[in-house]
Amino acid sequence: MSLSAHLPALQVVLPLLSAPLAVLLRHGGFACAVVTAGAWAAFAAAVGLWLQAGEVGVVSYHIGSWAPPWGIEYRVDRLASFVLLLVSGTAAIVLPYSRASIEREIPREQHYLYYAMFGLCLAGLLGITITGDAFNIFVFLEISSLSTYVLIALGRDRRALAAAYRYLIMGTIGATFIVIGIGFLYLMTGTLNLADMAERLRDVESSRAVLAALAFLTVGISLKLALFPLHQWLPNAYTHAPSAVTAFLAATATKVSVYVLIRFWYSVFGESLVYVELPLPRIMLLLSLAAMFAASFTAIFQDNLKRLFAYSSVGQIGYITLGLSFDSIDGLTASIVHLFNHGVTKAALFLLIGGMVIGLAKSGTVPPAPTFDRLAGLAKRMPLTCFGIVIAGLSLIGVPGTAGFVSKWYLIVAALEKEQFWLVGAILLSSLLAVAYVWRFVEVAYFKPAAEGTTRREAPLGLLIPAWLLVIATIWFGLDTSFTVGTAAEAAQQLVRVGK
Amino acid sequence: MRNDLVLRVVGKLLIPFILLFAIYVQFHGDFGPGGGFQAGVIFAAGIVFYALIFGLENARKVVPDALVEAMLAAGVLLYAGVGVAGLLLGGNFLDYFVLDADPIHGQHRGIFWVEAGVAVTVCGVMLKIFYMFAARGDGATGLGE
Repeated sequence: MSLSAHLPALQVVLPLLSAPLAVLLRHGGFACAVVTAGAWAAFAAAVGLWLQAGEVGVVSYHIGSWAPPWGIEYRVDRLASFVLLLVSGTAAIVLPYSRASIEREIPREQHYLYYAMFGLCLAGLLGITITGDAFNIFVFLEISSLSTYVLIALGRDRRALAAAYRYLIMGTIGATFIVIGIGFLYLMTGTLNLADMAERLRDVESSRAVLAALAFLTVGISLKLALFPLHQWLPNAYTHAPSAVTAFLAATATKVSVYVLIRFWYSVFGESLVYVELPLPRIMLLLSLAAMFAASFTAIFQDNLKRLFAYSSVGQIGYITLGLSFDSIDGLTASIVHLFNHGVTKAALFLLIGGMVIGLAKSGTVPPAPTFDRLAGLAKRMPLTCFGIVIAGLSLIGVPGTAGFVSKWYLIVAALEKEQFWLVGAILLSSLLAVAYVWRFVEVAYFKPAAEGTTRREAPLGLLIPAWLLVIATIWFGLDTSFTVGTAAEAAQQLVRVGK
Repeated sequence: MRNDLVLRVVGKLLIPFILLFAIYVQFHGDFGPGGGFQAGVIFAAGIVFYALIFGLENARKVVPDALVEAMLAAGVLLYAGVGVAGLLLGGNFLDYFVLDADPIHGQHRGIFWVEAGVAVTVCGVMLKIFYMFAARGDGATGLGE
């Protein structure tokens, strides 16, 4: 057995195995160790797959040694390997962080269940990304979604339950749409393998059932990726979930959904159907613009910092989908880069906020919600945390030297290439909205006087170190773009070549 | 319902056969309708029947909570373990062909253990759901307490 040949299977199986082991151990500490080990192993596998995909283009793995299209195929191309790195990397950082974070947020007897759910969610998200089988995508989507609902409901606030329930309803509608879409595709092509499906769809392209499949899939996936105006589940879910969960979901769940959308649009339906025959790009453009402005504008008026950045997430997803609406390699590259950069930035932000609320709480009590009235003069008390939030905030705005700048730059290049000059203005203008909501935090934390007798009391180191790793990554990917932009450009070229 | 003589007698008579039927469905899945999922549900139904007649407390003595939770996880582990066994024996993940010198027999062996895993998990999930709903309100459940 050579290990490298089985990396695609191990990528999903190791986190999947860690979840039932965590349940069997019934002990928070052991469960944490097992699931963290699973996530690190998955990250190592993702690095290996990224290298392999760089060498051979597409890594294909036949589950159960049944050749595709009969058996389930795991297929890693450039884009899949990139998303796998993002998902497993985030999990590898968030899990060690979880230990100190959930100590205060989740009752001790539920800790092992938290880790089990985390392992399942990770396995589901990785599975969606790696599989080359349409129905398998749906199965993994359900695995990740169901565990996500539980993770959100674990929040201490009672409103977490309502938020999880709302997400459950919306997510189930989305998943139903997706499975109907896949059903139509199966009806028309008689295959579930994505590559095979694309091949066969060329002969039946003009059929109504295929158009219906495209519509169902697009709407269903848009629900899962929180495209404006289907984002209603997101702000509450992010606000009331435990901090570590929010960070993990913000960096991965919506991003994997974007990946699925790209996969279906480019690898299955092909560009001619999506971009030429239907007005999909125009709809996407309008919705993206609406997200960039409306959601960012709403963010400015939030009183809860977590909620503010949740709305900002909806706005930032607008930039990702904006890149998809261009139908150009540059636009697709910008989308993929922003998918990664925004994931890293948002994970950093929510991890810092998680540390901040624990620093705010009196020892042994449940951390309070990070509302602005509690944050006055916070920079005196937690300078490192606040500085990290400011850097990540700059990346959300798109200031040069941060990851956010890189993706916005490529977005603007793509807009200029299409000679849509007004779009450049729109991107810059919506960035000003980001300035406004980040400034709200800066104003309260740095310029409002702190309460009398405030001493420096930083968030615990176990929380600060993982968060700062991501903050440094935000700067790193803003300065050295060879990994992010390089991989994204290769991925975009591969997708467009296949889609033609 | 604990005082209902007919139910108690009929229940005691029937429950062993229900459990036996579950095992029949499990092993007959190769040749007819059946398999791990159905067998797990039928097995759990037998225990739920017992709980309805003799009370939740007695059922918990037969199948304790810790066992139910262990079943949830053990079934998944068994399933995935078959896949890993395929890996270790030189095939791909979930490759049943390599599980025996004779590939056809290997397929039989693989599906046998996978279905066993499914049955264990499904039975565990059914019981877990039943226990959780039945235990709501601490005994005010009308389950013969």
